Amino acid sequence: MGSNLKEIRWHGRGGMGAKTAATLVAAAALHEGKFSQGFPEYGPERMGAPVIGYTRISDEPIRRHQPIDKPDYVVILDETLIKQVNVTGGMGPDSILVVNTKASPAEVRKTAELEGGKVYTVDATSIALDTIGRNIPNTPMIGALIKASGVLEMDTIKHDIETKLLKKLGQKIVDGNIAATERAFDEVKGEDD
Amino acid sequence: MAEKVALTGNDAAATAFKQVNPDVAAVYPITPQTELMQLFAGFVADGLVDTELVAVESEHSAMSAAVGASAAGARVFTATSSQGLALMWEIVYIAASLRLPIVMATVNRALSGPINIHCDHSDSMGARDSGWIQIFSENAQEVYDNIFQAFRIAEDHNVLVPVMVTLDGFILSHTMETLELLPDDVVKEFVGEFEPATNLLEVKNPVKIGPLHLTDFYFETKRAQVEAMERARGAILDVADEWEKLSGRKYGYFDEYRLDDADVAVVVLGSAAGTAKDACDQMRDEGVKAGVLKLRVFRPFPGKEITTALRHLKAVGVMDRSCSFGLEGGPLFNEIRAAAYDTDLKLTGQIYGLGGRDVTIDHIKSIYAELGKVAESGRIDPLTWFVGVRD
Repeated sequence: MGSNLKEIRWHGRGGMGAKTAATLVAAAALHEGKFSQGFPEYGPERMGAPVIGYTRISDEPIRRHQPIDKPDYVVILDETLIKQVNVTGGMGPDSILVVNTKASPAEVRKTAELEGGKVYTVDATSIALDTIGRNIPNTPMIGALIKASGVLEMDTIKHDIETKLLKKLGQKIVDGNIAATERAFDEVKGEDD
Repeated sequence: MAEKVALTGNDAAATAFKQVNPDVAAVYPITPQTELMQLFAGFVADGLVDTELVAVESEHSAMSAAVGASAAGARVFTATSSQGLALMWEIVYIAASLRLPIVMATVNRALSGPINIHCDHSDSMGARDSGWIQIFSENAQEVYDNIFQAFRIAEDHNVLVPVMVTLDGFILSHTMETLELLPDDVVKEFVGEFEPATNLLEVKNPVKIGPLHLTDFYFETKRAQVEAMERARGAILDVADEWEKLSGRKYGYFDEYRLDDADVAVVVLGSAAGTAKDACDQMRDEGVKAGVLKLRVFRPFPGKEITTALRHLKAVGVMDRSCSFGLEGGPLFNEIRAAAYDTDLKLTGQIYGLGGRDVTIDHIKSIYAELGKVAESGRIDPLTWFVGVRD
């Protein structure tokens, strides 16, 4: 597998849309001519329980079928997971951590006891409450991930949110999700920002 | 033109069945197969297929309905997993002995107990002597491709053996992957019009199906099944050649990956084959001549061809995602070992991934490392071991 393989691990809680985010980003990659995989870790599915989603994107066919143990990107939808789950497990010196929090990247680095890598933060919960009206921070975290990683173009994901979620959620909620994705893209902060 | 899509393995299977547009589907839900039949039921409800969907009360009834419909001259499919396959057991054997060309997707899941919903191959392996052809899939693309080929192989009048196409539960069934779909008219032409060999409803030519065969005919019936399975070998390759012309994707009994000049190799079924190929590449980068033999067709078992393909290797690891209690090593290991009896092949067996335990690139690299020691010393000790289990 060439070095262009990008592996993204999503940590959330049941009901936050981590699985939807993992498969939405995977499906959107198709529209950029890429190969992808999107899958959740299956277990007892309960509202509020820690859940994990996985996304792989590559210019070449993806062959491996295993959970992501050496992620290039880790996206955390609920910051309380940092102290409960080994969210930074397998992160390398170039890996990127994107966290939904009001805290700064420097503060998150301390809490997560992370050495190396890069940290980005965004207040996706407030953005979700403002734009969607509920704490479902998956689409803003997709926006933040895209800014921090460049794994996809914003237009690609916006098109997919529009087409994939419209039937299920309706125009108003879709508009909210697109606004949330854009705002998080603009507001996410790295350690140098 | 082929269309590139992102689908789960279940969706890929349901889409293939939609394009085949069979006459009858017998349905009973079980995790992780449920989504496959739910999607297909949606196609029926939306009028996208002409299939008569029979919702039954158990898997025993699902296979019974499939047998009845197939004997009546219909093109039939069903799908199941684990306990569902176990419950339809006696009818699975009957479908094969009646030579009914039923196609079944088996979404591999561990057999209880303890109860578990995740992948291993114990369900399919239990059915290996039932008389069905068994074709394993590495990814969603292969699930899709194998289903069309399954109908052609099963329905060949020189074969008439039911075909099971397997996909690893959750690992393939619930993972969204990129694959290519062929246009409806192209696959329709490939699959062709169904010409039943037997038709209970044909009053001008009455036939009796499934009568009592005691000491007088049972043995001959079984021998006929053995011979039909032998004829399936050629049909499987012919159908694969035709499919390659349409799709550009090559299939055979197995797939040889970097095997030509390899010193060590693993033999593997299903989704772990892709992981093994990535592990193989990493070993090559580290200077180890590693290879992979991915077995696709488990029944009929291509023992001679496998042995020939492995003959030049210094050590081989045969990976089993199921086990046989009271016999050292899993079924795949023991069958390859039996096939290689007259050779000097150094074979070892690994049991991995039971009940959905993850198998990773690092696990498979650890197998290659052990095989390196066998290759160097020429000594096999131990013969078999577990990969990824806790002590």
